[in-house]
Parts: sequence; C-alpha cells; structure tokens
Amino acid sequence: MSKHSIIISNISKSYGNIKAVDDISLNVKKGELFGLIGSDGAGKTTLLRILTTLLLSDSGNAQIENFDVKNNYKNIRQIVGYMPGRFSLYEDLSVEENLNFFASIFNTTVAQNYDLIKDVYSYIEPFKKRRAGQLSGGMKQKLALSCALIHKPKVLFLDEPTTGVDAVSRKEFWGMLKNLQKKDITIMVSTPYMDEAGLCDRISLMQNGKFMETDTPENIINKFQKQIYSIKSKNKQKLIKDLRKYKQTYSANIFGQAIHYIDKRNNIKIDELKNHLKSENHIDIEIKAVKPNIEDCFIELMKKEQSAVTNQLKN
Amino acid sequence: MKQLFSFIKKEFYHILRDKRTMIILFGIPIIQILLFGYVITNELKNVKIAVLDLSKDNITSEIINKITSSGFFTLDKNIQSEKEIPQAFKQGKIREVIVFENDFAKKLQKENSADIQLIADASDANSANMIVNYTMGIITSYIYDINKTAHIPIRINTQERMIYNEELRDVYMFIPGTMAMILMLISAMMTSIAVAREKEIGTMEVLLVSPLKPIQILLGKVTPYLVLSFFISVIIIAIGNLVFKMPVLGSLTLLLAETMLFIFLALSLGILISTIAKTQQSAMMLSLFALLLPTILLSGFIFPIENMPKALQWFAALMPPKYFIIILKNIMIKGTGFAYVWKETLILAGMTVLFIGVSAKKFKIRLE
Repeated sequence: MSKHSIIISNISKSYGNIKAVDDISLNVKKGELFGLIGSDGAGKTTLLRILTTLLLSDSGNAQIENFDVKNNYKNIRQIVGYMPGRFSLYEDLSVEENLNFFASIFNTTVAQNYDLIKDVYSYIEPFKKRRAGQLSGGMKQKLALSCALIHKPKVLFLDEPTTGVDAVSRKEFWGMLKNLQKKDITIMVSTPYMDEAGLCDRISLMQNGKFMETDTPENIINKFQKQIYSIKSKNKQKLIKDLRKYKQTYSANIFGQAIHYIDKRNNIKIDELKNHLKSENHIDIEIKAVKPNIEDCFIELMKKEQSAVTNQLKN
Repeated sequence: MKQLFSFIKKEFYHILRDKRTMIILFGIPIIQILLFGYVITNELKNVKIAVLDLSKDNITSEIINKITSSGFFTLDKNIQSEKEIPQAFKQGKIREVIVFENDFAKKLQKENSADIQLIADASDANSANMIVNYTMGIITSYIYDINKTAHIPIRINTQERMIYNEELRDVYMFIPGTMAMILMLISAMMTSIAVAREKEIGTMEVLLVSPLKPIQILLGKVTPYLVLSFFISVIIIAIGNLVFKMPVLGSLTLLLAETMLFIFLALSLGILISTIAKTQQSAMMLSLFALLLPTILLSGFIFPIENMPKALQWFAALMPPKYFIIILKNIMIKGTGFAYVWKETLILAGMTVLFIGVSAKKFKIRLE
C-alpha cells in the first residue's frame, strides 16, 4: 500500500484558452491536512472537481487511495467526502432530514457514524428541526461538513469551506478539521484566506492554475529572504502612495492597519526612510521590523512569476 | 432500495413543502379544465337577443316563444322601431335582432310567405354564424310543424344525425385534449425543473460524488411525479364526468392504464429535457416551447390535423399527445376496447422506450 492518499501527476485542464489547471503534480500523505491557498480563479475548484471525479482532466492522471479518478470513479465515490463551495444542502429540508438523506444515499445511518460527526453536529443538534435555509452561514457550514462526513470517508475534499462564515465559526471549523485528522481522514481544503494557511500541515500556493510553492507553512516562511517592515502613519492612503513612489521601494502592500514595506537595499537605514516620510508631511510615523507571513510570501511569489512572464515576453 | 426510497421521500418533501409547486400541480389542472369547459365553448347558451315585432300577431308571438324557450336565447328587450336597432347593438349585450315585417300572419295566409330579418353582431364571426343558424333552425322547425296540418307538396327532408356525440358537445373534444396537455405540462415540465433545480443549487455535485447510480437519481425524481400525475388524471376524469357529463363508456381500467403509459412518456420527455437544460428557467422554456405549444396546436386538440398542410401533418404524427387523444376518445366516447387502440398504444410505448434510452445515454455522470 502506498503511503500517499492523493497522487496527482501532471494534471491539466483548460476552458477554451484559459488554463484552469496547468500541469500540476502533488502527493498528499495519508492523514495529512493539506491546504490549497489561492485567490478566486486560481484553479482550486477545478482541481478539487477533477479529484472528486466530477470533471475529467485534459491530460495527466490522478489517484485517490490508489483508485484512478477516471477509470475507477465509482470506487472513489464510495470513499470520498465532498463539500462544494456553495454548501450544497436542501434548504427546504430540516437539519435532521438533510443528514438522514445523505446518510441513506451512502447506505449508512446517522446512528452508525454518530461518533465521527458528534464533534461537528453537536453545535447544530439543538436546531435539528429547523429548515437548513434558516440557518446562519456558520451553522450551514457545520451541517454541510456533517453531511460530507456521515459515511466516514477516507478522504475529505472541502472547497472554500470558510468563505462567507464569521470569524468565530471559522476558528471552530479549523479546530474540527484538526480533530478529524486524528481519525485517519486525509483532508484537502481550499481557501482564499492566507491566515488559514498556517493551520495546515502542508500547503500549495496556487495562482493561474499553477502551484507557485508547495511546502509546510513554516518552510515557506523561512525561505523568505527579505526583511519586512511594518509602517504606520496617520494617513494610510497617502502613505501607500508615497511609499510606492519612493525610489528605494521594492514593494509596499496594505496589511490591515499597516503597510508591509520591503526595501531594495539589504542594509536599510530606518532613519533615512523616516525622514523621507516626514518630508512628505507624514506624522505619527511608526516603523518596525516584522516576520513575514504567508501572505507576504504569496505576494512575493506572484511578483516573481509576473516578472518571469514579462521577461519571457520581452525575449 | 433504501437509497431510492429515501430519495423519493426527499423528493416528496420538496414538492409538498413548496406552495408554488402544489399550486401548479393541483390548482392549474382544475382551473384549466373548468376554464376550458365553461369559457372556451362553441355552444350557444342564453344569447341575448332583441325583437322588433312590427306585426304583433299570434304567429310572431308563437315564433318568439319558440325561440326564447329553446334555452339558446333569452329575450333582452322588445324594440319599437328600426332606428333603435343600431343603438341596441352598441350597448353590446345583444347579439341578434329579429325583425318581423308588418302584417306577418296575414301575408303568410294570403301569399304563403312572409319575411323575417335576422341581424347578427358579426364582430365575432363564428358565433354570429352559429346564432343565425340556430335561429333559422328553430324557425324552420316551427314552419314544418304548421305545415304538417296543411296540405303541402312533396318535399325532401334531410335528417342529420351526429353519432358518438349526438349533441355535438364540445366537452367531448376538450376533455381528452386538456388531459393530454395537463399531463404533458405537469409530468414533463415539473420533472425537468426538479432535476435542473438540483444542478442550479449545486446539490447535483454532491449527488454525483456519491454511490448513487444515475438510474436511482432519475427514478427518485420521477416516481413522486408519477404518483401525483396519476392522481391528477383521476381528478380530471372525475371533473369531466361529474361537471361536464363526459362519459367513460369503455373500460376504466384500460383508460387508467393508457393514462399511466402517457404519464411515463411525458416523464421520460421531462428527463430528456433535464439532461439538456442547466437551469430551471431554461428547463421551463424548453418544456413550454417544445412540448406545450405542439400539444395544443398539432395534436388535433383544437385544430383538426386533416386540415393541415401535408408537411405539418407529418410533423403532427410525431406528437405523442395526438395518439393519446385518439386513445382517450376511443375509450371514453366510443367505448371501444384495447383491440381498437393497440396501434396507438404501441406507438406511445415505443416513443417512451426511445426517450428513456436517449436520456439514459445523455445523463452525465460528471459535470460538464
């Protein structure tokens, strides 16, 4: 038996001229919590749909638990759980009816696998008579996860499960995924939220149908060479404009209340930068060195890709 | 089996919990059948007429009596001069004015002939024609009655007899037609919409990534509508019989069995449409244009197929409702048995098998 749960080899899929998934290869270990990180249109959903046998790739192949996604699709449909981007629930059925329905189409019962979903379902059990359409986003998400788990899948695919869900529910949700992992379920989850990347064992940063980087979140951050400065001033809008005009600026991007700034030089003189900003009439200037996070890495990788493409076009 | 059963249960929840679906399922058939029965009718009933009697003798009053007691006409008013005639029509209620000339009875005695003028409102040409024909019919029969006693030369009387529908009642025409139309509408349109809805809300994705077989998904979708459509046909037959006196001369079992066959056919068409349509909207449009219009126009329901151009006749031969209407009329009105409708039954069965085959082939086990 292979120690890999998901094996992807050179998968490509195009819609017309647009390459949604472009020659991707990846191995996901059994019991791993793997994150696909990327903005909308990066190709996450297409990749997940190929792995869940909903779409055929144009080229390349993939195996889930040693079953081929094309030829053994029936076997795969027995053993995977899938939660699509829009929580696919029947809004006119109650919480309980939804769960029972999904249990029965997998030839199982709620009672049989209650242990597995207890952790998730307990949050919404008090509302089990309520119609799914009347649940909040967070509760819908938990119900959808319960439905995807009810047949005790070996591999769980979650497509942007935390989109449109409040911060507290998001946190709870990741806690639940961590618990599921302990029950020997391989989980592949896609998300546009960079702050969730750190919660995965390994991640791929995805852009334009390609993986820019695949590694553990820590390694990805450690590979980041440049020093980042977090800069604040009274007028953020003016600050970002001024920094982008500044001749020594390598990059400047808004991060919440502050601006993450990278200098072109290796040895940066903070006073000099501060004076420059003062001359641009900024007050309450605050500059401090910070550690990079995944979003910094993502933006940096995007920047590299773009300049590579521009260079290619030039040549 | 358990999978299918719970799918059907879920489908029933969808139908029973959605008010709009329930209205379409049960409200529309009943309203439609009553509408067709009462409103769209070519029979005359209580047509308002006015009389200008310039003679006012015993014969004219007898004729007026005959006409008003026929049930087809009611006397709205007596007018006194020709000048009032346009006014009477303009008010809009009166559809016909009957004018008796001066000294009507005297002339009839002396010259053996007298004139009656019938003026009808022909803004609705067809009914004006009918109104005049009916009036003339009543007058002729009156003349025939009085001639019986008098000495008359040899004459030939044509006798008409309309068989199977002696009273020329329209219900005999519209109940089979409406039934075909309603079953087509409900079975085909509702199933195609129900499947398209799963695609639209995204649940189809989850159903596909499950061990459910396509046949289970399709059967699960179709079965509730099969049951409901059957109920609806029983309701239509009952209303036809109780309200409009539409008989069922042949075997009721055969009638219901043929109805089931037609429902199957309509459902398989609905499934076929749903394999093409991606949204509820397009499923509805496709059903309406591909099924409903041809059912109304080309099935012989309203326009006789024999009067159509040859090309359209061929096209009409492809319309399943045509055969169903023939079967219904045979069983209900003529009271014939299976021996007389086996050909049509076979055609319907063949079409059903074809549609199921094509949809099974077209059903997608993946997203496009």
